[in-house]
Amino acid sequence: MAISTARIAGRRIANGAFIAFCYFVTAIALFFLAAILWTLAQKGLAGISVQTFTMDTPAAGSPGGLRNAIAGSIIMCLLGMAIALAIGILAGTWLAEYSRDGRYGSAVRFINDILLSAPSILVGLFIWYLLVKPLHHFSALAGSVALALVAVPVIARTTEDVLRLQPTSLRESGVALGTPFWTVIRTILWRSAGSGILTGVLLAFARVSGETAPLLFTALNNQFFTWNVSKEMASLPAVMFNDALSAYDDLQRLAWAAALIVSVSVLGVTIIARLLSREQKST
Amino acid sequence: MFEYLCFSAATMLLVTLGGILVSLLIGGWPAFAKFGFSFFVTSTWDPVQDIYGLSALIVDTVVVAMLALLLAVPVAFGVAFFLVELCPSFLRRPIGTAVELLAGIPSIVYGMWGLFVFGPIFAHTVEMPLMNAAASSPGSLLDQLTQGVPNGTGILAASIIVAIMVLPFIAATMRELLLTVPAQVRESAYGLGATTGEVVMKVTLPYVRRGVIGAVMLGLGRALGETMAVTFIIGNSHNFPKGLFDAGATIASTIANEFAEADPGMHTAALLASGLVLFVITFIVLAMARMMLGRQGNA
Repeated sequence: MAISTARIAGRRIANGAFIAFCYFVTAIALFFLAAILWTLAQKGLAGISVQTFTMDTPAAGSPGGLRNAIAGSIIMCLLGMAIALAIGILAGTWLAEYSRDGRYGSAVRFINDILLSAPSILVGLFIWYLLVKPLHHFSALAGSVALALVAVPVIARTTEDVLRLQPTSLRESGVALGTPFWTVIRTILWRSAGSGILTGVLLAFARVSGETAPLLFTALNNQFFTWNVSKEMASLPAVMFNDALSAYDDLQRLAWAAALIVSVSVLGVTIIARLLSREQKST
Repeated sequence: MFEYLCFSAATMLLVTLGGILVSLLIGGWPAFAKFGFSFFVTSTWDPVQDIYGLSALIVDTVVVAMLALLLAVPVAFGVAFFLVELCPSFLRRPIGTAVELLAGIPSIVYGMWGLFVFGPIFAHTVEMPLMNAAASSPGSLLDQLTQGVPNGTGILAASIIVAIMVLPFIAATMRELLLTVPAQVRESAYGLGATTGEVVMKVTLPYVRRGVIGAVMLGLGRALGETMAVTFIIGNSHNFPKGLFDAGATIASTIANEFAEADPGMHTAALLASGLVLFVITFIVLAMARMMLGRQGNA
């Protein structure tokens, strides 16, 4: 039976088209990344000067910087991460070490996976209802808690995944020495899973520091510098939201400067986290 | 004692989800009680007269998310296949990382980029020509689709930006799935003389079919709840959009825009109630995604 050359040619063309398509769409994805980074660099650098770091957010037309917003972002992110760190690691530990495949554990795991991709603006609404409405004023504390709730699922998930990768013999040898199991977890498992957990924490930090939606009606915004977490507090994303949509050139420049600062820190932390997890895989 | 501590932390997760549900339900109750069923089927959104209806918002939310997926899914598939099958190994890590960085850029930055950079280019190179082409045949499908103002904002522009944003999530999950396909399965297909394209379309993809649907649903869940980027470029109009270039508003963008300044009465209640609707929609989508994906997918 003769092999139909036309059919072979057809398959070859289809294959060529498929491969070309894959190359093409990957190029598109990379192009968008490059375009966004280019815009950020171009417009962001134009807006950054020494003033950006030494002066507070201005009213339209007067000179100003981002000092209060940078400080606010750092304060709220760190506070939020401190809360999320404790809850996330403990919850992940419970899922991996105590519940294993129990029914309640599966339910919690399922809920955690849903929270991982749930719209963060709903977290903002929840915290508004919980901490802003009863107290009758916006506060940085409410903002931090909202950010914490965004970070917890990420940390819990990575902690669980990494702990599950630890060999059972590690637990057994600890217990065989007569060590209480909770000491085994703290002194052996957490330590050997350390860099993996740190990766998760960094990824959560990266995610949280760019979050805008949960802050809009929890921490609101503030024209002035403050350390007081029971008052409204400025944050870089909130400044971006307000200033980018304003009609004033100088405010828009400031918004782009804020965008550059946030993006560079987020991408920097993401890359560090990636490097960490690679090191961990290779050892 | 320590176990108890860990247990409480895990329970916090349930409490969070329950808390979101309960607070939105209680907070939104006045709106449900006052407008009843018409809350879901009317499209008036009028804070001045305190009349609220969600239908236009729900339609916009779903349309934007669906269009975004329509655009993002083929691209994400292509990127995932490229990374797994085609990419030279020394480029695999840099390109993989680059696609992941796309996921790392904050949502609001996409919004600013979409509004100030992408929008004007989009208006000139896509919207204007299409509208001109449609003008010669009034009433045609193209004409109906291109209703609106060609200013680079609106439903389609928002969909494209959301597509870029969910692309890395779907691609990363897809890639993870493709890597779970045993090498023997692929190699035996190659051994039978299949081309790369045939291996992917007829062997690899069917092998992970269930997971692929899950990955797409996960992307859909993201797209439905996407807030800041959409707020910047959808144009924020509460009327039923006439076409793809027309301004609209999604549930999330409406909450982001109005909640901080909403008056404490019915307006706030209506926004909380719309939040509950968004919660229920995304919960269903994400729950289905998780059931299909099992433990895969970190996004």
